[in-house]
Amino acid sequence: MERDSTRGYVFVTVGTTSFDALVRIADSRACREALLSRGYSSVVFQIGRGSYIPQKSTGDEDSLKTNYFTFAPSLADFIKNAALIISHAGSGSIFEALRAGRPLVVVANDALMDNHQMELAEELAESKYLFCASPGTLVNTITTMDLSSLIRYPASTPLAVVQALDQFLGFSNQ
Amino acid sequence: MKMEVQWLLWTIFSILVCRFGFALWSRGRALAPCLSKRSFSTLIVLGSGGHTAEMLDLVSMLNHERYSPRCYVAALTDNMSLSKAQRLEESFIQQAAANHKARYLQIYRSREVGQSYLTSMATTTIGMAHGLWIVFRVRPDIILCNGPGTCLPICIAGFLLKVLSFKWVVMVYIESIARVRKLSLTGLLLYKLCLMDQFFVQWPKLKNKFPRAQYVDRLM
Repeated sequence: MERDSTRGYVFVTVGTTSFDALVRIADSRACREALLSRGYSSVVFQIGRGSYIPQKSTGDEDSLKTNYFTFAPSLADFIKNAALIISHAGSGSIFEALRAGRPLVVVANDALMDNHQMELAEELAESKYLFCASPGTLVNTITTMDLSSLIRYPASTPLAVVQALDQFLGFSNQ
Repeated sequence: MKMEVQWLLWTIFSILVCRFGFALWSRGRALAPCLSKRSFSTLIVLGSGGHTAEMLDLVSMLNHERYSPRCYVAALTDNMSLSKAQRLEESFIQQAAANHKARYLQIYRSREVGQSYLTSMATTTIGMAHGLWIVFRVRPDIILCNGPGTCLPICIAGFLLKVLSFKWVVMVYIESIARVRKLSLTGLLLYKLCLMDQFFVQWPKLKNKFPRAQYVDRLM
């Protein structure tokens, strides 16, 4: 996996949900400084149904350029070109980022009651495909993460299910 | 006269009990009538969001002629899933692989997030009745689902179709990739009730906990 591409942008995404705690911490002064010190030059926020609006800034010298939007028909372009993705724990967002081969930090939504979502992120973090954080630890994660320790996620397909079904129904696999 | 009615009722009851037992016994076995068919009418339940994405990914890899005609079902409140399915079907037509027109149906959702207990009872009943109506009208050979709760009425209706008629229905559940250590509530119910013919999980930890499930590695 490639190193921090210097002066690339960071994409913060909450998918179709609202996750103000993530947007607020990513927009905080401490987080901006951490991102700047890691060589990132700008941040794009996708805030979904959230009510917290991050500051827009044009990025004068030695400050971070920031912008935001709520929804887009497809996030693929934002993901493809990002130097770093900071995402909520939804499986759709996680796999879109992993398949694009972008470095990914998944942030747990502590406010959710049944937080089964983190199961997936923690499992993938154990295999070193991504980093896990919570709103409280995000700044620390950004400061200390070693992007070269990440392993490229080996994308899989539903082929095994298709074959199992075909076999069960008695189709010979031509 | 009274004796005859009683006798008739007992006969129907016994047949139903036998059918019920047979349906349970034959779960997970491919039956002879299946083997002679060349294509299977397939009912695909789209559960919204990540569930829909995973399911359509799977459908795109199925043989379009074997698994046809296809009928897609999504919750009434889900306005994205059916149009995504439609886009997938259009791509099949462009590949000249689709010979049947797909159908798209909407189902009442049993329960919305945050709904109260009392109104849940009423809406679950409506959802169940609607599920029965859809399954009995489509009479599929195969039901494909991967949660969440929307697929429960469909699966129960599919099982009833097995019990009541001589129509065979192969019922398939694929647990979502997001479930690593624990089954979802829907998955757990379907597993415990032994309703499904094929029950797939995507993580080895789940296979260890639920030995009747089939481990198929990650779909994504």
